[in-house]
Amino acid sequence: MGDSVIEVQGLVKRYGPLAAVDGIDLEVRSGEVFAFLGPNGAGKTTTVEVLEGIRPRSAGSVRVLGHDPWKDRAKLQRRVGVIPQDFTFFDKITPVESIQFYGRLFDKRPDPTRLLREVELEEKADDAFEKLSGGQKQKLGLALALVNDPEVLFLDEPTTGLDPQARRAIWDVMRALRRGGRTIFLTTHYLEEAETLADRVGIIDHGKIVALGTPEEIITRFGRRPRLRIEGSPAIAERLRGEWSGEVQVEDGRTLVEIRTKEDVLAVLQLVERSGLPWSEVATQKDTLEDVFIRLVGRMSEGTVGTKDRRAGPPVARVKGVP
Amino acid sequence: MRPIRVWAYFLVFARTYMRNRVGLFFSLVFPIILILLFGAIFSNTGSVTVDLYVQDLDGGSALSHSFISALNATGVFSVHLVSPSVGNLSSWLSTNGYTTGLVIPLGFQSSYISHVPVRVVLYTDPAQTSTAGIAQSAVNGVVSEFNLQATGQSAPEVGVVGLNVGSHTYQYVDYLVPGLIGFSILVAPMFSMVNLSSQYKKAKLFRQLSLTPLTRGEWLLASILWFIVMVFASTLVMLAVGRGAFHSTVEPDALTFAFLLAGPVLFVSLGLLLGTVSKTPESAAVVGNLVTFPMMFLSGTFFPVSLFPDYLQKVALVLPLYYVVDGLNNTMVFQHTSAALVDLAVVLALAAIFFLAAIRAFRWQEQ
Repeated sequence: MGDSVIEVQGLVKRYGPLAAVDGIDLEVRSGEVFAFLGPNGAGKTTTVEVLEGIRPRSAGSVRVLGHDPWKDRAKLQRRVGVIPQDFTFFDKITPVESIQFYGRLFDKRPDPTRLLREVELEEKADDAFEKLSGGQKQKLGLALALVNDPEVLFLDEPTTGLDPQARRAIWDVMRALRRGGRTIFLTTHYLEEAETLADRVGIIDHGKIVALGTPEEIITRFGRRPRLRIEGSPAIAERLRGEWSGEVQVEDGRTLVEIRTKEDVLAVLQLVERSGLPWSEVATQKDTLEDVFIRLVGRMSEGTVGTKDRRAGPPVARVKGVP
Repeated sequence: MRPIRVWAYFLVFARTYMRNRVGLFFSLVFPIILILLFGAIFSNTGSVTVDLYVQDLDGGSALSHSFISALNATGVFSVHLVSPSVGNLSSWLSTNGYTTGLVIPLGFQSSYISHVPVRVVLYTDPAQTSTAGIAQSAVNGVVSEFNLQATGQSAPEVGVVGLNVGSHTYQYVDYLVPGLIGFSILVAPMFSMVNLSSQYKKAKLFRQLSLTPLTRGEWLLASILWFIVMVFASTLVMLAVGRGAFHSTVEPDALTFAFLLAGPVLFVSLGLLLGTVSKTPESAAVVGNLVTFPMMFLSGTFFPVSLFPDYLQKVALVLPLYYVVDGLNNTMVFQHTSAALVDLAVVLALAAIFFLAAIRAFRWQEQ
């Protein structure tokens, strides 16, 4: 990871009396994928729009590629690429025409075929925007964000509302972009998206950052200790509570036993064996980012989709908070 | 300001417009339907020569003579002189069953030379609307020329009145062609811009554009350029249909082009302004209609304003489109260059005001 590309200190954005972003600090380094994770209305979009330079801030210092995004917007525009939330474009214009349009605006000579191949949209090159599916529209958004060959990409909820296949297709494109060495600032409320794509994650809630680091760092710092999961008689938990020094819980009929070391695993198993109670399976279990997220944010807020929900398809009604 | 960016959005807008048939319908097809419809309804009135009974109370002064010959020269009138001794011209006209008369007052020449306002009185029969309108327009034209001759000259040279319409006679369709060109200048830009500016806001397309180097000024200029193209296209179509179907003989001159350029600036800006100040697409549509429809009917697009009752004529004077249509009539029908220049000045001033107001009010995104 290289130099710092985005530096934010004490960023505050107020709408009237409400602070949508309430004093956040963060740093994103060159070439990394940073995921900004939080429930709806947490302040993700407001933050990213301040970084893009399309919204002024109320207080704090913000530097993107060394520029103040609000003051040096014109300069910054040429070096960053943006997909706003709910990306839309001109209904009657095709992807190829859209890319040519952006090329003229940015004074670049993009190769539409190459860009569309990069985002896997070649086969829709000459279809009007209104005829594209949600995922294809997002792919066009990505292609347009790449026209000016940006150093930093801001992707504001790029897969919200897409079905699982479309979401995975976008992830593939994003992985390819990351390999190309671009810095990516991603906001999402999909935990899996943050976990699979991001080098580092910031969890934001009520305008404040509640956790920041690599997914492993966050899990280590905020997660519970590892547990041994035992499938078997519920009486096992009763027995262990009397004999084991660590925490013992029952979840979905399974016994969860807190462990500190590898030796603890053997010790617990010996206790179980000695009890003579029936058991079928054991496994060690660690907290996921999702578990940590629920602990930190205190809820799986509406619209926030965790790994366990992924087969459920796109989120249902999303509650819009502050714009 | 970068021309390449103006061109970039111009292309996007042009393609959107061409692929969206509603806009094309209002720009090109609808005016054709109107000219065919109105032309067919009123073409049976044929070409008009109005019998004008002139009572010269100024005792045959040199100026009243030249005024009468100017009336003659319009080709609209067949002038008949009536003796002052018949008394009140109005009752004489009705007694004899004539419809149109004009009184040149005593002291016409001396007032004119000493710059004292003087009125000629035109009698028309309100029941004969087309005759009355044509007579009023033509007399107004002659009067304007006289007034312009008098301006700034201590001793105007009498008799140098050239209306330069030769033996031309006007038909209804001759008013309809410039009127419907005015209609195109108004309708497509207003409806498109009101609709588009509120739709783009709702669909967050302005936010999308704000992420590019395109400026608001470039965006507005590109939109204006597209409507200028559409207005030129519609003008050609109107002239061709007028000529082909109704033997209209109106001709655009250099000054006509000034209106075809300035008109779209005015109405694209006004449309954007209305769309911008409206909170929702629905309220924008209502506001757009409230502004557009009165202008569409009361500015002389379908019928000459001179046919309207007095109070409606006064209303027309506050409508921006009136000056466009009046200007087009002055350049294409009457060849009143000086009167057209006054109209053009009004149109340019309004265009500048609305352009600046729109640019000031319009933002890519609310903060």
